Amino acid sequence: MSILIDQVSKQFGNFRALDSVSLNVKEGSLVALLGPSGSGKSTLLRMIAGLEELDAGAIFINGQDLTHVDVRKRNIGFVFQHYALFKHLTLRQNIAFGLQIRKRSPAEVKKRVDTLLEIVQLEGLGNRYPSQISGGQRQRVALARALAVEPEVLLLDEPFGALDAKVRKELRAWLRCLHNEFHITTVFVTHDQEEAMEVSDEVVVMNRGRIEQVGTAQQIYEHPATPFVMGFIGAVNELPGNACLFGDNGLGQMDCKCFVRPHDIEVHIYPDGTTTSACIERIIHLGWEIQAELILEDGQSVTAHLTRDQFAQHSLQPGHKVFIRPKYTKSFPIQEQIQEQLCIA
Amino acid sequence: MATVTTREFLHAVQLTAIVAGISVPINGVFGLCAAWVIARNKFRGRALLLSILDLPFAVSSVVVGLMMILVYGNNGWLGSVLKASDFKVIFALPGIVLATAFITMPFVAREVIPVLEEAGSEQEEAARSLGANDFQIFWRVILPNIRWGLLYGLLLTNARAMGEFGAISVVSGNIVGRTHTLPLLVEQAYKNYETQAAFGSAVILALLAVITLIFKEILEHKTGVKPEKH
Repeated sequence: MSILIDQVSKQFGNFRALDSVSLNVKEGSLVALLGPSGSGKSTLLRMIAGLEELDAGAIFINGQDLTHVDVRKRNIGFVFQHYALFKHLTLRQNIAFGLQIRKRSPAEVKKRVDTLLEIVQLEGLGNRYPSQISGGQRQRVALARALAVEPEVLLLDEPFGALDAKVRKELRAWLRCLHNEFHITTVFVTHDQEEAMEVSDEVVVMNRGRIEQVGTAQQIYEHPATPFVMGFIGAVNELPGNACLFGDNGLGQMDCKCFVRPHDIEVHIYPDGTTTSACIERIIHLGWEIQAELILEDGQSVTAHLTRDQFAQHSLQPGHKVFIRPKYTKSFPIQEQIQEQLCIA
Repeated sequence: MATVTTREFLHAVQLTAIVAGISVPINGVFGLCAAWVIARNKFRGRALLLSILDLPFAVSSVVVGLMMILVYGNNGWLGSVLKASDFKVIFALPGIVLATAFITMPFVAREVIPVLEEAGSEQEEAARSLGANDFQIFWRVILPNIRWGLLYGLLLTNARAMGEFGAISVVSGNIVGRTHTLPLLVEQAYKNYETQAAFGSAVILALLAVITLIFKEILEHKTGVKPEKH
């Protein structure tokens, strides 16, 4: 079912959680709401669910205005960061909860619970209590419980946030598979850019109660619409437009803010006319690549990423002089930033 | 001074049971509501409300009795109204129940608030998202979560209701065979040098306390056995 969010606003005291946000989620898609904490992503998700009242705007699910419809009547599945399983019920009873509320026959409930335990790969654990299983298993039970009532929309609030890195990776892949199989319109909230890019069809980047950009992972990484998106997705160097790194590239303007990704900086040991000299201050081994902290002649510091081969070839050490050239830069007029700051004030 | 008779003793036991039987359910319901409001809402005056809830612990129970005389007594604020409607509070059962209910007010709320706060509201939201209405959420999610805390609070309320002395000795008027509860009877028998009656009644009271403690131990054991990991 498609979700249409139309100019939704929400204020908590003096804090503007959502500022006239509009978004269209296509039927059957998997969308990530990505942003730092306090960006309004969780509030937006809870509003789609009906767990949070909105001050202004409207929410349509499948064309129906559900703005003031109670969460019980919205037919959504909601998964919480801390699972929110019923501690006093077994896994089977947890999954059966929504079906029993809907007064389904015991035979039907049993059949459905069996199917779901199989889908979340927890057959045989049905009679355990939530305190007797691991975090990853609990989140799968929470998902099964939400799916049991055949929701039209699945909403997940930082579903993997409380899990360790390895389990998180497994569950991400599993969620993607699950979605490919069932095609339920799914919206999930995360502050992890890698998670958002890996799992979702479309990423919605949010900041300070507003949507900064909506697009595929590739669009957002390669064509960031705002300085915030550029800075939030992936590592980036932020420099004033007149930094000596840009030389005569036509970027040398005061009223620009320029961004260069560390892997877009070429490092040479000889100058060739288009390069700028820099001094290596620190070298950090990240395993698959080498991070070099460089100081430019004008005192700006820049981070560059080198492959292991390049590093070995040049035998670079801290204190060495190198010559660098940005392969790709992105600049934004500085006025936009000033405007943004005015809005906050 | 009249000696304590079997009839008077039985009446005191009966009265004590009636007083506890009324004030425990009242405080069970009130305590649940108060705990719910305090644990689930952030509002101005929350700290003040918590302090008011603790007032019965802070004030000597004799003072509570005297305050009730001030309100409900013949010359009290509500005295004339009560007199006109011919409804006796002081020196009668309603007064004893009111005093007991006030003295035992904090127990349930104080036990349930931390349990509710620890459980958080996510389980309730989850139940709602699965289609449960308020009534179903209360019976299927909230009550099972707080049941041990609630039972423990009710137990403490009951123990205190049966043992309360100070406030009741003021508001009941100490009328033997009419407004005597067990603790009052014990005191009077002791003062009258009726050692047998005094200690006999005291043993009954002590037994009630021991039974309560055993229940409490069982409850604590039960809650301790099932650690709720997060």
